[in-house]
This record gives sequence, structure tokens and C-alpha cells, in this order.
Amino acid sequence: MSALKLTDQVKVGSFRGPWTLLKKELLRFWRVSFQTVAAPVITALLYLLIFSHVLEGHVQVYDGVPYTAFLIPGLIMMSVLQNAFANSSSSLIQSKVMGNLVFILLTPLTHLQFFLAFLIAAIIRGLVVGLCIYLVAMWFVDLNVSNPWLIIAFALLGSAFLGTFGIIAGIWADRFDQMAAFQNFIIMPLSFLSGVFYSIHSLPPFWQKVSQLNPFFYMIDGFRYGFFGKGDVSPLVSLSIVGVSFLVLAWITLKMLKSGYKLRS
Amino acid sequence: MSQPAIKINGVHKHFGALHALKGIDLAIEPGEFFALLGPNGAGKSTLINILAGLITPSAGSVSVMGFDVGRQYQQARQLLGVVPQELVFDPFFNVREMLRFQAGYFGRGRENDGWIDEVLEGLGLTDKAHINMRKLSGGMKRRALIAQALAHKPPVIVLDEPTAGVDVELRQMVWEFIKKLNRDGHTIILTTHYLEEAETLCSRVGMMKQGEIVALDSTTNLLNKFSGKHLRLTLGDVVLPANIQVLVRHDEKGVYTFALSDMTQIEFVLSALRSANIKVLDMQLNEADLEDVFMSLVGRSS
Repeated sequence: MSALKLTDQVKVGSFRGPWTLLKKELLRFWRVSFQTVAAPVITALLYLLIFSHVLEGHVQVYDGVPYTAFLIPGLIMMSVLQNAFANSSSSLIQSKVMGNLVFILLTPLTHLQFFLAFLIAAIIRGLVVGLCIYLVAMWFVDLNVSNPWLIIAFALLGSAFLGTFGIIAGIWADRFDQMAAFQNFIIMPLSFLSGVFYSIHSLPPFWQKVSQLNPFFYMIDGFRYGFFGKGDVSPLVSLSIVGVSFLVLAWITLKMLKSGYKLRS
Repeated sequence: MSQPAIKINGVHKHFGALHALKGIDLAIEPGEFFALLGPNGAGKSTLINILAGLITPSAGSVSVMGFDVGRQYQQARQLLGVVPQELVFDPFFNVREMLRFQAGYFGRGRENDGWIDEVLEGLGLTDKAHINMRKLSGGMKRRALIAQALAHKPPVIVLDEPTAGVDVELRQMVWEFIKKLNRDGHTIILTTHYLEEAETLCSRVGMMKQGEIVALDSTTNLLNKFSGKHLRLTLGDVVLPANIQVLVRHDEKGVYTFALSDMTQIEFVLSALRSANIKVLDMQLNEADLEDVFMSLVGRSS
């Protein structure tokens, strides 16, 4: 029954390989959804409750848009970005530290398939968290949607950018503290200083210029534009910057994966 | 089918100043049960990692059933199952899920479930199939690790120290299953520290020392080359006559092992002891084994 037949052994190019890796990555975060979905939703809602309680009525960024409504898209996008990053980076660093990444490295999966599986899982985690925050936030504020396609485009591109960034961080870091440094010294400052809680027009000119160097700013501003039809910069400019940034980052990641940087020696 | 299961041609590997592999040439035929032996640091794991595509050689080429592990890595890896030496596992999933995922990475789906059941049964894991990997004992984790390498039914199986630190019962079970796979046509390449395992299981042996293959022959030929007998005498705390000291291979706590090239030397040793008034407390006569071959080829520098 088990006698070996060699005839059907060499089947390459099947979609089942990358699909299996994607399924495993999705199940991995879903198994611990209390930590990977519920926790970030609660965090975002706490931000929403505190900032809207303190600033509602005191700050108005756009005419006719209450501060709480202004805040929600920013919070959703910040959570989408942070969770997309967390998914790919934590999966890779855990697999590296535990040593079980070898099971994937021994397979015929190409570097592109490896990249796509981790990327799509990161996008899905980001979108699931973002959607949950949106659904809960609708209880608080009736959010206007001006251009749903812009919302979808920025959510997809933003989570793709951060998912890719997470893959780079996961490949680069050898220890959990290096990953924590990546998260605390790069991802957190970039996401908090991106205009989630304010419009960059309220900043002094120097800090406005600095903010414009932050790709997170364009992701948040473009995403918010999809709700209110107004923003700090044109959504097409934002879309181009985010799109090009993603492509550059994806190219670097694929180069790293192809060369086996830190994964193969 | 005339392609060797594994073909290694002039493989060198440098890690900085360290020349870890110094021109390895080796061909393993389909269906062989091959042992790769050598002391720690000889380069066995480096060679296996090159075969698995985890390390790129500095020079030379390696192929699995004719597919180059670099240029045709997809086909080569499809044909290869590697059991890593370290006890690694994914803590998120149970045994059966892990095996299904592992087979899935190689393009195998539900049609492969029968094979997964067979592997689980062969390795005594059937009743642990639904248990999370992190809840398994060390021995069970080791079996699951072997099962993972077999999940896609690879024709060439590499086991890097598969029974390191596991009990006798498990070793027997693992080897029975691996022997069955070999009978079914799988090529098996094994590294092990348990030389008696290599001797009983493997038809051919390669011995490595400091990045080179120092012996490569059938197990029978190697044993014949180093034919001879060992006379193990318990003598107590004595000073041996000088004329028989040269024959001593090993001595520990008054038990002396003499390496003899022929049977006439037995009388030579015993008469020398009689002349020196040394009393023999116990005596054993053994055939040379792979450990003797190993010790004489690589032991002194290990």
C-alpha cells in the first residue's frame, strides 16, 4: 500500500504550497484572536473614549466634522497598520527563535510564494482588526463615507506596506528584544506622529515638513479622505507615495528572501 | 532511474577562515541505506544543510535525483525529506495539523491523508495526533519531527541524529519504520552517534574527519578491512610486560583490551602474562565492530 512511486513526486508550481502557508499563517493568528484581534480593538476604543471625551468640542480639524468622527478613521488606520506589521513580524521572529522556520525553508516554496503568504496574512489581520473597530465605532458616531474605493485602496496598500515592513523586521531580528526595539523606536513613533490625532496643518512649519517625510502620514490622510472627502494633501499624491513606497519595500524584501539573508547561509 | 539519489561533486564550504568542507565527492544510489559518520565538527551537518538548501556551498555541486539543489531547488526539495537535528516544533498546532501543513507546502492535499495516518501509526503517534505539539514529551516531539520530514512521502530521506537522546524503545520503533520505508524503495541517509545502529542498519558507510571523507565503503568491507579480534582481560592493578603493551588498545580500571590481528596472538598475550605472574580474573573475545573502524580512522583527533 505504501510502496514508493516516483512518478508523481516532482510536481512543482502548484498553488497548494503557498495556499497552505497562507492558511497556516491565518490560523496562527486566529487561534489567539483574543490577543491578535480583540486586544487591539479594545486599545483603539480606549483611545477613542479618552481623546473624544477630552477634546470633543475643543478641537475641530475640519469644518462640520466633529473631533470624534475625525479621530475614528485615524484610529482604524493606525490599528490596521500596527496589526499588519505585528502579524508578519511576530510570526517570523517566533518561528526563528523556536527554530521551526526550518520546516518552511526545507519546502519547494519560492521566495515570492513565501512573501505573498506572509503578506496576505498580514493584510487580512490588519483588515479584520480595522473592520472590527469600524463596526464598534459606528455605535458612537455616524461616520460619513465619501469614497469607499479610496478607503479600500489605502487600507490594502497601507497594510501591505506594514506587512512587508514586518517581514523585513522578522528576517532581520534575531531576538525578541531586537523586534521590540523595531516596534517601539520605529513603528510606534511613525504611527503616533502621522496625524492620527490631529491635522498636520496645526503643527509648526518645520514639523509639517518632517511629517511629510513619514509614509504613515499619507496612509492615514488618504484613508481619512475616503470618509470626509478632505485631507491635508491630495489623495492621489498620497496613493502614489504609499504605492511607490510599498513597491520599493516589496522589492527589497524579495531581494532579501532570494539571497537568503539571515535565513540561509 | 539511473540517476544517483544524491550526487555530491567537489563541495567546499568556507565559514570565514574555517574550511569546513574540503572537496567532498559522494554518490548515493537509490534505495541505499547510507550512514554518514564522524566526530562533532567533522562537517556532517554542514553537508546535510547544503543538501537541504539551508547552506550554499562555496564551490561544487549537489543534486538530488539529478536535480541541482541550487538551480532546480524546487524539484530537489520535493524529493527530499530532512529531519533536523534540533528538537524544533510549532507551538500553535497539533500533530496532525502540522503534518497536513507540511504535506501541503509540498503540494499535497487530502489525498495524502492515508499516508499521514501510516506515518503516525508507524511512529506510534496515532493516539497523539490531536495533541498540541508543545504538550508532547521530548521523545514524542522527536517522533513528530521525523513524521514532519516524511509527510510529503519523499523518496530520499535524510535523518540528522534522529535518535539523539531518546530511549531504546523509541529507537527500535523508529528504526523498524525507517527500515520498512527503505524496503519500500526510499533512500535513507543517516548520521548518528550510535555506531552500532549504523552497523546493523546501513549497507554503506562514509566517515568524515575535519571536512573530508576518510573512508567510504560497504559496511562489510570496512569491517573486513579492520578485521581482527579484541581480547578483553580483567587483570586488576598490574604492570604489563613491555612486549604486550603495544597491543593494548584500551585500558580502564584494570580491564585491558588487546587488539589482535590473528588468533595465535591470544597465546602470546597469555604466556606473557603467565611469565609476569599476572593472574587473569576474567576474559572475553570480541569481533571488531564499526566503532573500532571509526576509532582507528577518526578517533584520535576527535
